Amino acid sequence: MHDAFFYIFAILTVFCAVMVVANPVSRSPITSAMFLVLTITCMAALFVQLHAFFLAAVQILVYAGAVMVLFLFVIMLLDLKEEERRRIKAVSAGLGTLAVGSILFLIIKSTLQFGQAGAIPPHTEGSTASLGKLLFSNYVLPFEILSLLLLVAMVGVILLSKKDLK
Amino acid sequence: MTGQLDQLFVSLKQWLVSFLPQAAQPMAGILLSISAIIGAFATMFAITTIMERKILGRIQNRLGPNRVGPFGLLQPAADGIKMLTKEDIVPFAADKLVHFLAPVVLIIPVALALAMIPYGRNMTAVDLDAGILFFFAVGSATELSVFMAGWSSQNKYSLVGAMRAIAQMISYEMPLVLSTVSVLMMAGTLSLPLIVQAQSGYIYEILPRWNVFTPWGLAGFVLFMIAATAESNRAPFDLPEAESEIIAGYLTEYSGFKYALFFMAEYWGLFAVSGLAVTLFLGGWNAPFPFLQWVPSWAWFFAKLGTIIFGFIWVRGTLPRLRLDQLMNFAWKFLLPMSLINIVVTAMWHFSRVFQFVGAREMRWVLCALVLAIPYFFLGRALGEGRPAKRNYKFAE
Repeated sequence: MHDAFFYIFAILTVFCAVMVVANPVSRSPITSAMFLVLTITCMAALFVQLHAFFLAAVQILVYAGAVMVLFLFVIMLLDLKEEERRRIKAVSAGLGTLAVGSILFLIIKSTLQFGQAGAIPPHTEGSTASLGKLLFSNYVLPFEILSLLLLVAMVGVILLSKKDLK
Repeated sequence: MTGQLDQLFVSLKQWLVSFLPQAAQPMAGILLSISAIIGAFATMFAITTIMERKILGRIQNRLGPNRVGPFGLLQPAADGIKMLTKEDIVPFAADKLVHFLAPVVLIIPVALALAMIPYGRNMTAVDLDAGILFFFAVGSATELSVFMAGWSSQNKYSLVGAMRAIAQMISYEMPLVLSTVSVLMMAGTLSLPLIVQAQSGYIYEILPRWNVFTPWGLAGFVLFMIAATAESNRAPFDLPEAESEIIAGYLTEYSGFKYALFFMAEYWGLFAVSGLAVTLFLGGWNAPFPFLQWVPSWAWFFAKLGTIIFGFIWVRGTLPRLRLDQLMNFAWKFLLPMSLINIVVTAMWHFSRVFQFVGAREMRWVLCALVLAIPYFFLGRALGEGRPAKRNYKFAE
C-alpha cells in the first residue's frame, strides 16, 4: 500500500515536471505554471509519506500557495502570445538533455556507491515540535541569517519599486 | 445519559463500522467521516443562505424571500433546482479545461480544511500534528482557483476580479496567520484538538478559560475576524465580486452548477474559517459555564459557529464596501503591525505569569491592554492622515 502510493506520487511528480518544460499540447506559460503547482503538490505528498507533515504543509503553503500565485500573477499581466509562439530550439534541447543527463549520472553513481549502506539516522522524527527545537538550538545562526537575507531582499525590492527616489 | 448524547455521533460511527470486516474498517470510518462532514455542511449551506437573505431583509427593512414553502423556508431547494437545470455556458474563447477545473480546485481544499476542525469531544475527522498549518496550506490553494477562474474566462471583468481577489487574499493572509500565532504560543502546539484542550477548565470554577477573555486573545480574535472576512471575500471586503463595478468579478462567466459550486465553496470556506476562530479563540466545543456541561459538546460548537456567522451577516448588512487603496492600507499599515505587536504582548503575558505580588494579575491585564491600545490609537490616526483632500475629475466636470 505504502509502496504503491510512493510509486504513484513519484511517477506523477516526474510526469508533471516534464510537462512543465516540454508540454506537447500547449505552449502557454500558464499551463506550465499549473503543472509546476502539481509537481510541488506531489512532492508534498512524498514528504507526507516520510512523516514530515510540517515540511509538507510548508511546501504547499509557501510554494504552491504564495510563490506560484505570484508567478501566475506576473504571467497574467504579461503578453503571452510571444511565449506561445516560441518553439523549442535543437541547441537548447540538446544542452538541457546533457545537463539533466549528467546530474542523473551523478545521482545514480552515488546511489550505487553508498546505496545499501543503511538509512541515515534521522535528526528529527518529523514532528513539528522537535523540528522547532532544532531550528532554535543547533541551527539558530543559519536560521537567523536566512531571515536577515530575506529582509534584505524585501528592503531591496521596496527600494527598486519606488518611483521617485530622493 | 449526557455522556451518551455527547458521544452520539462517535458511537454511531463505531456501530456502523462494526458491521464491516476488520480490514475495511479504517477506510470505512474515514469515508463515513467525509460523508458526514459533506452532508452536514451542505445542509448548513442551505440554511445559511436562507437565513442570510432573511436577516439582510430585516436589516434593510423588507421581508426577504417568503414565497416558497412556509415563511419561504424552501427557498434553498428552489434555488438548487434552478441552478441544476440552468444551461452551463462556457465562453467560446475560454480555456475549457481550466474553466472546468476552477470550481473543483476550490471546493476540494475547502472540504479538506473542514476535516481539520474538532467539532466536539473525540470528533476530529483528521487529527494531524500540524493541523493548523495544514488548514492554512490547503487554504492557500483557493487563491489558485480564483486565478484559474479569472484567467480562463478570457474576460476583462473576470481578470480584474481575479487580480483584485489575489491581491486582497495575499495581503490579508499575513494578519490571518500572524494573529493565530499568539494562540499557538500559549497553547504550545499546532494541533487543533490540543488547542481546544488548553482552553478547557474554569477560572474560580465559573469563568471560562477561553483565549478571547485575555487582552492578546481579544485583539487576536478581532484581527482574525477582520482578516477572515477579507479572505472569504465578504462585504465590506467584497471588491473581487463588486457587482456595481465589475459585474461579478471572476464569477462573471460561470453559470448553472459551476456557479453553484463556487457559491457553496465560498460558504464552506466561511464555515471553515469561522470554525477555526471558534477553535482558537472561543474555546472550541467547551461549555461557557460549568453548570452547562450537560449540553453536548458538538451543540456548543455549532451554537458558537452560528453566532459567528450571524456576526458576518450583520457586518455585511451594515458596512459599505472599501476602496482598493483603503483595503491595502488597512492590511499593511494597520492589521500587520497590530498582529506583530500582539505576538509581543502574548510573550509579555506569558512571562509576567511568574509575578506573585498582590495585584499582579490586575497589573498584567492593564499593562498588556495598554501595550495594545497605544499602537492601536496611533496606527488608526496614521491611517486617516493619508486621505486625499480633493479628487480632480478630469472628464466628469
